[in-house]
Amino acid sequence: MPSLKDIQLKIVGVKKTQQITKAMNMVAAAKLRGAQERMEEFRPYADKFANVMGELSGGANPSAFPLMAQREVKRSLLLVVTSDRGLCGAFNTNIINASEKYLQAEKEAGREPVIACIGKKGASYFKHTDYEIVHETIDCMGDVQMLTARQVGAELIRMFLAEDIDQVKLVYGRFINVAVQKPTFRPILPITSEGLSQGDKEAEAEEGPKATYIYEPAPEEILNQLMPMFVNVQILAAMLETVASEMAARMTSMDNATNACNDIINDLTLMFNKARQAAITGELMDIVGGAEALKG
Amino acid sequence: MANKLLLEVVTPSRQVVNEEVDLATAPGADGVFGVMANHAPLLATMAIGEMHYEKDGKIVRLALSGGFCEVSNNRMTILAESAEPIEDIDVERALRAKERAEKRLQEAATAREDIDIARAQAALARALNRLKLAGHG
Repeated sequence: MPSLKDIQLKIVGVKKTQQITKAMNMVAAAKLRGAQERMEEFRPYADKFANVMGELSGGANPSAFPLMAQREVKRSLLLVVTSDRGLCGAFNTNIINASEKYLQAEKEAGREPVIACIGKKGASYFKHTDYEIVHETIDCMGDVQMLTARQVGAELIRMFLAEDIDQVKLVYGRFINVAVQKPTFRPILPITSEGLSQGDKEAEAEEGPKATYIYEPAPEEILNQLMPMFVNVQILAAMLETVASEMAARMTSMDNATNACNDIINDLTLMFNKARQAAITGELMDIVGGAEALKG
Repeated sequence: MANKLLLEVVTPSRQVVNEEVDLATAPGADGVFGVMANHAPLLATMAIGEMHYEKDGKIVRLALSGGFCEVSNNRMTILAESAEPIEDIDVERALRAKERAEKRLQEAATAREDIDIARAQAALARALNRLKLAGHG
């Protein structure tokens, strides 16, 4: 049986832990609000972009655009978007596990998988694996910037055009709601018109048949300008979603931790009271025993 | 509402404008153009420059950089990389950006090859555009 002092110290320690987890929970909740707002503000932009791209590329000839080039895939790149920080439950682990599964499948299909990372957690995990890391951007999830997405996008496009890689997929923590975040894959390069026109169909049904557009400059030229931007937009969208998911996951896991601390404190308090009672009983026995002995 | 045009200006970080306007003028890549109500469907890319719109006789001016514009069904949507009303232009920041870009261009001229000249030029153009519109150029 641990001494009274030991139990008391332990209770104090757990209480301090609880204070921290509670504070982290509240910070995550506040940041989640901001992240969710940014994500939602970005959504109309991304949707509109996808619509216009779908419209433009519908009639486009894939072979005319280097970014649409379908090649035999020898090296396939997976862009893993994770958070920079831990203490958010199984959030990053889920993304990493999903990536591992995908990479394994790629390997079995005879393609050489390579990795690019956004976010420290994914980067530090894959450093210890045999996969080649061709690009990493870390410490950028605290303040997600278009500039970061643009840099990563430019790098991916450069490698794709140099035929260093033949395919790019992206995996990120999709924000479904505060309780559910799901690792989700999305093809980035080559850009396919099927992938683009998906979002477009609903809009088309609403507005009826499309009128012919005036293009300025020519549609091919517009498309050439927009394609790299579209890659960046998708990367940025994935980053924004991952941040929101991270905050939601942290909020939930810190809430669980706070509750677990409560349980431990209750158990320890019970133990402390029992120990105290035992000590008092022991002392009483001594006194009574002494008094009896004096009576003779 | 038949002779009004719904103008939306959206950037990655926020929606800047969402208003019914009489006339909108935008800096297209092939030259400045104006759009009024019932314009034919149009898709155009944007250059760095000034856009403005007119609503009930009042004119609002914005600094715009990059992106594209779609007009259909009396709706004009501009997806810009950045856009801000000229009152909101941060002159200090634009000045700093201008100096930085100029320095980079100079360094690029003196044999350093790791500098992306196109990016520095674009940054310089954006900064100059902001300064010009804010009346500091």
